[in-house]
Amino acid sequence: MATTEISLGDTGARSAAYAEELQGEHMTLNVGPSHPTTHGVLRLLIELDGDRVMKCEPVIGYLHRGDEKIAENMTYNQFVPYTDRLDYLAPLANNVAYAIAVEKLAKLNIPPRCQAIRVICCELARISSHLLGLGVFGMDAGAWTIFMYTFTQREKLYSLFEELTGARFTTSYTRIGGVMRDMPEGWLGRVNKFCQEVLPVIDEVDRLLTRNKIFLQRTEGIGVITKQDALAYGLTGPNLRAAGIEADLRKDNPYCGYENYDFEVPIGTRGDCFDRYIIRVEEIRQSVRIVRQAIEKMPDGPWYAEDAKKIFAPPKGKVMTSMEELIQNFMIVTEGPQMPPGEVYFEAENPKGALGFYIFSKGGGVPYRMHIKGPSFVSLGILPKIMPGHLLTDITCILGSLDFVLGECDR
Amino acid sequence: MDTIVDTLKSKFSFVTPRPANDFPAVNVPADHLLEVAQVLRDELGYDMMLDLCGVDWDKDRPRFGVIYHLYHSGKKTYLRLATLAPETAAPVVPSISGIWPAADWHEREAYDMFGIKFEGHPNLTRILMWEGYPYYPLRKEFPLAGIETELPAADTAAATGAKVIAAPMMGGPFQAGTQDHHHMSDAEPRAGDQSWTEDKPKPGSQG
Repeated sequence: MATTEISLGDTGARSAAYAEELQGEHMTLNVGPSHPTTHGVLRLLIELDGDRVMKCEPVIGYLHRGDEKIAENMTYNQFVPYTDRLDYLAPLANNVAYAIAVEKLAKLNIPPRCQAIRVICCELARISSHLLGLGVFGMDAGAWTIFMYTFTQREKLYSLFEELTGARFTTSYTRIGGVMRDMPEGWLGRVNKFCQEVLPVIDEVDRLLTRNKIFLQRTEGIGVITKQDALAYGLTGPNLRAAGIEADLRKDNPYCGYENYDFEVPIGTRGDCFDRYIIRVEEIRQSVRIVRQAIEKMPDGPWYAEDAKKIFAPPKGKVMTSMEELIQNFMIVTEGPQMPPGEVYFEAENPKGALGFYIFSKGGGVPYRMHIKGPSFVSLGILPKIMPGHLLTDITCILGSLDFVLGECDR
Repeated sequence: MDTIVDTLKSKFSFVTPRPANDFPAVNVPADHLLEVAQVLRDELGYDMMLDLCGVDWDKDRPRFGVIYHLYHSGKKTYLRLATLAPETAAPVVPSISGIWPAADWHEREAYDMFGIKFEGHPNLTRILMWEGYPYYPLRKEFPLAGIETELPAADTAAATGAKVIAAPMMGGPFQAGTQDHHHMSDAEPRAGDQSWTEDKPKPGSQG
């Protein structure tokens, strides 16, 4: 190919002089709380040198609702709707994580059917959250179609959740000691049908993005988080795995019967935006695998801990006819599930990372202190470290790849 | 086989075990926190600090404590450290953000919510509430419904000449011009009009 030399004339001299004038001036850009790219109400104070980010300071707290203060005044079951609103893209996963944390306090044994139902809920929530994460990440990087494809699938999930829990979105499905109600007739068949339908869509997303030159140029080598940084900054979930650390709570400290299912955990190599994207794609496939196994192996039996007398409300039929159950129901509803004194910390592998609940109980139906560790809080903490040095356009890709949600960040 | 608690007790005489039923937990006095943390990270392999939270022990003295949760990413085990800020009037605990950078934001949150100062923290400012918010919300004496505070909107206050406060929740946000301003301090965070109760009769009827 022949090359032609273009002479700048004195344009070169003029722009050089202009550039010299602006030397050393940094511009402060406020990516304000109300901005489509920030996935919620996140404010970034960015100091730019031309196109290059010099400093990045996230300002959070715009969605702070005082969940931890509220928890000190609510019984354990009354707090379940608040957990929906933490990671509001995967409410079922939060419900399950909270229920298991409180059950650890009481050392309750949960029957296998209830555990299998919870596993299906968690994995469907993971699929839902990753579909949204991928859709929004693609949209931020300019691939608008991905958003449409993944959201069509999410709509199907919402119908499934509505059938199971009564609500499309803020499900409040679990209770301490079990779940709110058993699965409806034929629900598992519909979940299976959804699994069959979502896999080709993920393949489509894969085909559109994974070897797309534009997407690769926007994500490869961008926002690299090294192994040491990932561990030192306390990252968990896909962000940690992208850096190359093998850590998945479902395999390392299995809970809720996860040890009975066969699945793989994708681990990244470079810790850049692309790795975080491809891990989420693969995790959807693995989640489908787990859901299928859970459906196949679904055990019969009770869907709540029948021996948890002071904790789980007895069935309504008994409450209306038998005195003992009536009293139990009354005590549980008015005073709350009675928990022994003690403290517990439990983390579940939520779609965005490890959602941790620290509960200190002095006995009774209301916790003394509840602290919620939101994985997004931790993910955002690493932004001041990884953002500097990148270009302005990389900001959207880094934010999209970290897949955070302000609900669990601010609580 | 030496458990982590035994190892810590043998290295440090001031570490005491803390009763726990999920995983090992120890109490560490605040002035020795940094040396224990250093040993935990460098020699004993606890490379991740997962969570840090403040606690208000209310009537107990010392009143404010901090609970740390550490993780050994190799052995996949957790460890809980509990410490107490020696002074109750001005609680101070050394900052471990130099050892685990993850502690940075968590310590800011503990400061914001409880007023516990972390010595050695690079930027101890409020993180969830705005700069200049006068209270520490998670302290036990702070009411659940909050205390009405002026919002930081100096330009709006100057332009309108009025106080800038959060929109009142009681009676609904779109009720036109009620003279009776429902303060957040008499409300619980609940929806619905509660402008009248057994104690405060319905406006207009005989009391």
